Amino acid sequence: MKGAAASTQRCDVSTVNLQTHEDVPDLPLYAAAPKVYPQSVHGTYRRIKWILLAVTLGIYYLLPFVRWNRGPNEPSQAVLVDFTHRKFYFFFIEIWPQEVYFLTGLLILAALILFLMNALAGRVWCGYLCPQTIWTDLFLATERWIEGDRRERILKDAGPWTMTRLKEKSLKHFIWLMIAWWTGGAWVNYFADAPTLVHDLATFQAPIVAYAWIGILTFTTYVLAGFMREQVCLYMCPWPRIQAALTDENALNVMYRHDRGEPRTSFKKSAVLRAKGEHPGDCIDCGQCIAVCPTGVDIRNGANLGCIQCGLCIDACDNVMGRIGRSPRLIAYDTDINVGRRLAGKANVFKPIRSRTILYTVMIAIVGSVMLSTLVERTNMSVSAMHDRNPMFVETADGSIRNALTIHIVNRDSNSRQFKIETERFGAAHLEAVGVPNGSDGWPIVDVGPDQIRELRVLVTVPAAAHPPPKQALIFKIIDVASGEAAEATDNFVAP
Amino acid sequence: MTTEKHEEIDVVTGTATTGHEWDGLTELNTPLPRWWLNTFYACIIWAVGYWIVYPAWPLLTGYTHGLLHWHSRAAVTDDLKQLNAMRADMNEKIAAASLIEIEMTPELLSFARAEGSAAFAINCAPCHGAGGQGSKGYPNLNADRWIWGGTVDAIQTTIMHGARWDADSETHTSSMPAFGRDSIMNDPDMSDVADYVRTLSGNKPEEGADLAAGKSIFMQNCAPCHGEDGKGNLEVGAPNLTTKVWLYGPSKAAIMERLQNGGGGVMPAWAGRLDPTTIKTLAVYVHTLGGGK
Repeated sequence: MKGAAASTQRCDVSTVNLQTHEDVPDLPLYAAAPKVYPQSVHGTYRRIKWILLAVTLGIYYLLPFVRWNRGPNEPSQAVLVDFTHRKFYFFFIEIWPQEVYFLTGLLILAALILFLMNALAGRVWCGYLCPQTIWTDLFLATERWIEGDRRERILKDAGPWTMTRLKEKSLKHFIWLMIAWWTGGAWVNYFADAPTLVHDLATFQAPIVAYAWIGILTFTTYVLAGFMREQVCLYMCPWPRIQAALTDENALNVMYRHDRGEPRTSFKKSAVLRAKGEHPGDCIDCGQCIAVCPTGVDIRNGANLGCIQCGLCIDACDNVMGRIGRSPRLIAYDTDINVGRRLAGKANVFKPIRSRTILYTVMIAIVGSVMLSTLVERTNMSVSAMHDRNPMFVETADGSIRNALTIHIVNRDSNSRQFKIETERFGAAHLEAVGVPNGSDGWPIVDVGPDQIRELRVLVTVPAAAHPPPKQALIFKIIDVASGEAAEATDNFVAP
Repeated sequence: MTTEKHEEIDVVTGTATTGHEWDGLTELNTPLPRWWLNTFYACIIWAVGYWIVYPAWPLLTGYTHGLLHWHSRAAVTDDLKQLNAMRADMNEKIAAASLIEIEMTPELLSFARAEGSAAFAINCAPCHGAGGQGSKGYPNLNADRWIWGGTVDAIQTTIMHGARWDADSETHTSSMPAFGRDSIMNDPDMSDVADYVRTLSGNKPEEGADLAAGKSIFMQNCAPCHGEDGKGNLEVGAPNLTTKVWLYGPSKAAIMERLQNGGGGVMPAWAGRLDPTTIKTLAVYVHTLGGGK
């Protein structure tokens, strides 16, 4: 039971989120951020975090190399942002600049999902999924592997510079830089054909912008994950502020169950008190929860800005409770309501279904289904019309009224196509497209190249005898001559 | 800092306060992290770099040019050069092709319309309007009635040499006599002929108008240019009077005013001011606005 004895001793650790009175004298305007030395920990949440780290980093580093066959003349990379041709490819989806609303929708969806996660279980994003957390974890693991755990690192940093320390630090920074460099390398692969780019990068034939971006990403990864760490969450990220305003008393959050833990009493003293029949708290004030915290906060001070809710303190506390034979989850995902209920002798309640979670779910469903239906309904052709603003109409020599419009015909197919342009349900109108011959049935027939948009000026003329009203709907219909597929755009025909 | 100040401690957080209080809210004295301050200093050093590299300080007779000798006008000139180089290939094709060929080739047509539209907005829009819709005395270029011809070649000629533009020897010169001012017609005659002219395009004459007299005066004085049927003559820029398109308006007063003073609008000659390729793109643009013949 040597280990148990060690773990029940007080851990000498200070927090960053509570200044005791002794700290107060001589508070400067600027202070060096206290360095956090997170201790390693094993447990359920640590395991979940390792798995998520492997999965998310795996996706990030390998996704550019996943192939997707789109046929000839099309890139075969599953996920690709093609700036040259202004297109975004995601597996079977191909987004053109005109469809940037898909990106808007995706961002709205992401925000709503973030809100829902927050309403259900607090800062799930911060603790488990945020790139800052993931890369910091990876860098910390590297640091631990080379320099040892918390205690060793503190001692080494406080001690003199030795050859070993120099070697260790050099190796650590070298590996950090390698990871950071790979991070930048993976990033640029999303913007060009990955295998070709990797080859070009290696043979120094890649465009300078690729090297520049790798440099930028290497720098940011190295600095943010290696040095800034929790400072990013505390001072740079807006989400903790927004999250604090969005949370409610029913949301699960990592919290210290002070109803059970207080009054904090050392292991030995509590044994004495228990023998007397008294009821000291379960917290033995060992400080393990603070020692493992990646942001250096004390969870026992209640919900606070610095807590990214990664759950590592739960693992640390569970380990201690296990060793001293007390039940786990003194720190757990819980709500303030339950603390109050337990103090009042009532049972715990969990209300995942409440007005705000229902609202978020409904909004996610609405935005998601709108996007999905738009995605399903979109064809590989489309047309848009834009009316001349000045003049709105022209009276021609014989008194006819003519409107001019600019239409754009989009051919998303990788083959050239022919489209017939018709004005749907529009009486005696004559349709003419500038520079385009009319077919045998009187409607213009236009060629549009593969993956191209063709702009056309079209003239719609209504004879004076038809007496057009001041404004009526004008529908352009384009029909693929070969397949019969059709698309429509609506505008107005304007007359005096 | 005095020790008294430090004794103001916020009870809830245990943090020292700045001593500032607003309606019971006290400001905690949480020191900013030092890296933040260092970032601020780094930005200042970066700014000093700007002074050295870029134009920065005003001097008595000029300014510091900086190591890069960067100049915003030079940057624009460079950009324009690049733009022209980018367009050079297409501009050569435009220069080599005839106007009809340009209109028959989709690639050239869309390029010419785009370039013509830009040139139109700068050079032509002040008189003819942003969309070529014209105004009183300035022809609507969307309509299909033309004074000097609506074929693409005729439009090119008009753009090059203008109308009644004395500095250009090939300009369209002829103009309508001032029948009233020069006492060629008296007022009753002008009134009669104006009534008659209005009927040519299907307008109802005024009550009691003497159309027969008007017609006879028209045949003597106007038909030589406007034609016996009033359909005009592009050679001399005599407008077709039988259409719904009126340069000065279809009212009798407007026609009387024309008869009184004669003359016609003036358009500058653009040859020499614009390069031939730009004039070609302008001709194509105007011709494809909708009214081209």
